[in-house]
Amino acid sequence: MNTDSEIERAIRENHPALITYLTAGDPSLEETKAYVEALDRGGADLIELGLPFSEPIAEGPTIQAAINRALEAGTTPERFFELVDDLEVEAPLLVMTYYNMILQYGSGAEPRSAERDATEPQNGPDPEPFVERAAETGLAGIIVPDLPAEEAAPLRAACDERGLDLVFIVAPTTNGERLDRIMSQASGFAYVQARLGTTGARADVSSATHDSLARLEEYDVPKAVGFGVSEGEHAREIVEAGADGVIVGSALIDIVAESETPVADLEAKACELKGGAERGANAPEPEQP
Amino acid sequence: MSQGDFEGYGGRHVPEPLLEPLEQLADAYDDVSATDEFQTELRDLLEEFAGRPTPIYYARNLSERYGVDIYLKREDLLHGGAHKINNVLGQGLLAKKAGRERLIAETGAGQHGVATAMVGALLDLETEIYMGKKDVERQEMNVFRMRLMGADVNEVTRGDAGLADAVDAALEDFAENVEDTHYLVGSVVGPDPFPRMVRDFQSVIGEEAREQMKAKTGELPDAAVACVGGGSNAIGLFHAFRDDDVAFYGAEGGGEGTDSKRHAAPLSSGDDEVLHGMKTRVIDEDVEVHSVSAGLDYPGVGPEHAMFDAVGRCEYTGITDDEALAAFRELSETEGIIPALESSHGVARALQLADDGEHDTILVNLSGRGDKDMETAAATFDL
Ligand SMILES: Cc1ncc(COP(=O)(O)O)c(C=O)c1O
Repeated sequence: MNTDSEIERAIRENHPALITYLTAGDPSLEETKAYVEALDRGGADLIELGLPFSEPIAEGPTIQAAINRALEAGTTPERFFELVDDLEVEAPLLVMTYYNMILQYGSGAEPRSAERDATEPQNGPDPEPFVERAAETGLAGIIVPDLPAEEAAPLRAACDERGLDLVFIVAPTTNGERLDRIMSQASGFAYVQARLGTTGARADVSSATHDSLARLEEYDVPKAVGFGVSEGEHAREIVEAGADGVIVGSALIDIVAESETPVADLEAKACELKGGAERGANAPEPEQP
Repeated sequence: MSQGDFEGYGGRHVPEPLLEPLEQLADAYDDVSATDEFQTELRDLLEEFAGRPTPIYYARNLSERYGVDIYLKREDLLHGGAHKINNVLGQGLLAKKAGRERLIAETGAGQHGVATAMVGALLDLETEIYMGKKDVERQEMNVFRMRLMGADVNEVTRGDAGLADAVDAALEDFAENVEDTHYLVGSVVGPDPFPRMVRDFQSVIGEEAREQMKAKTGELPDAAVACVGGGSNAIGLFHAFRDDDVAFYGAEGGGEGTDSKRHAAPLSSGDDEVLHGMKTRVIDEDVEVHSVSAGLDYPGVGPEHAMFDAVGRCEYTGITDDEALAAFRELSETEGIIPALESSHGVARALQLADDGEHDTILVNLSGRGDKDMETAAATFDL
């Protein structure tokens, strides 16, 4: 496991942390670069970049639309890595993508069917080349929403070898043995999904958040809450409930999709969210690490 | 250890919130489906509602023409006109027993949607079908059928407004409503436990056929042949013969040819990938998924088939649109049976094997009837 985690440090040192998500390449990689820099200026402590995949089964309509725009703009893994290489921001960067993208990277474009060895079905694609390239470009961690802890060993090992964090999602339905299994592999932070369903900006903070944070109390890793956070007030409530950070995605993508002045608006939104989180931390009741 | 493991294929590659519900579903399946009460109720429904057992028919005219014995397992005679009913009855009953109040399903051409609507009406479960707007427009009759039986048809307009987008919308619904909703998956695809559960419910096809072949001919067939979309009718036929000396042949949607850029034959030409919650074989990225039959028009395949291919238990071949249409016509003319275009792929493969002469008796799964395909047929053959 990653013992010197850049991500964990960024969250602890900037407590309460603001974690932002954008889909890379929406609407173009050049614009993503400007947006990420704006979020960094506005107060983001950790930045997730989505590497678009055509079958994103954990996403609501907002992020799906962003992914479609990014794919239409021709965002490929290689161009994504070039963007990351190019970015100069203070906040550590994480890539969020689906397991298929990781497996396919470096497996080459040739169909393997012609040369398959029928006796070795397990010799499938390998996550190693993706992780190697991610480390090379300076990414600090990986989030894979469709990779259950039970199937994560190869990616976990590859991440350990390169000093990357592998972040796992904890859902309102995650309990008992499954929770233990996930937390024993998680590093960087625990991504606490605030509610059932897919990603998307919603109007309130769910009570499931409080329950999830209570269940996670005994685990010694920072907890950040995402799914449905769109305003400074949500950030305040979530931090007040005991979270170490808030994760915001769809609300930022709405700005990317709709604003006439996205760079300024993203910076202002980040500032609002970070301010809300800080108000939550200064509230009297909860004890902080 | 990972769940639903078929020699490295399968698994549960889904977002975290779906894992606990899938585990619960797997537990409910393991507990409930083994009980006498469940088995008895399902058997009664299969007999009285669906019309089981289906016969095997000795295709006398084809057999004479090709000089080998060809038998057809007549799933086309079932209620609804296809093997789909075996699965929806099983899952519907399970959902009911597990206390679910609502069924959801995705559908492309509408066949699985109609089957789900039938069982929703039968078991008095609220039913919502996700269907791409493009498909809703193309398959109006099936939309009418679903609505008539009381299902809500939810038109999906996002993305390409096709089957993949309907799957996304259904998964989203499932993720949000897992507490009271069962997602009735239509083939041996998706995360565990669906591939093994749907297989078990479809295995009645092969179990019957095995006994029927023995009763009729005194022995097992030399070869068993079926079309493969997701692969449920094929696995359903094969499963009972898996330890026998019976050769398996799967006919994939070869579209314009498996070396073209338009086909739906991931086992003939594809790669290992993760799709829709499972690790399996998927067509290459630069290939557009296409088959003349809507039911085979899927970029992946059930993980157990990927395993069968890897270990050499079954031989998979792409049957082109033209070959399938020719078999569709040939069976109609020679036997007076109009097969579904999907099933015609299996028939075409069987006729190739008959030509080769390697096997003396060939059992083909006639997974459905061709009424739904008459517009395509009329346009193709200028009827
Ligand atoms: C008649 C018929 N056969 C076959 C299929 C393909 O499904 P599977 O490969 O799961 O049997 C379909 C799907 O709609 C169908 O309607």
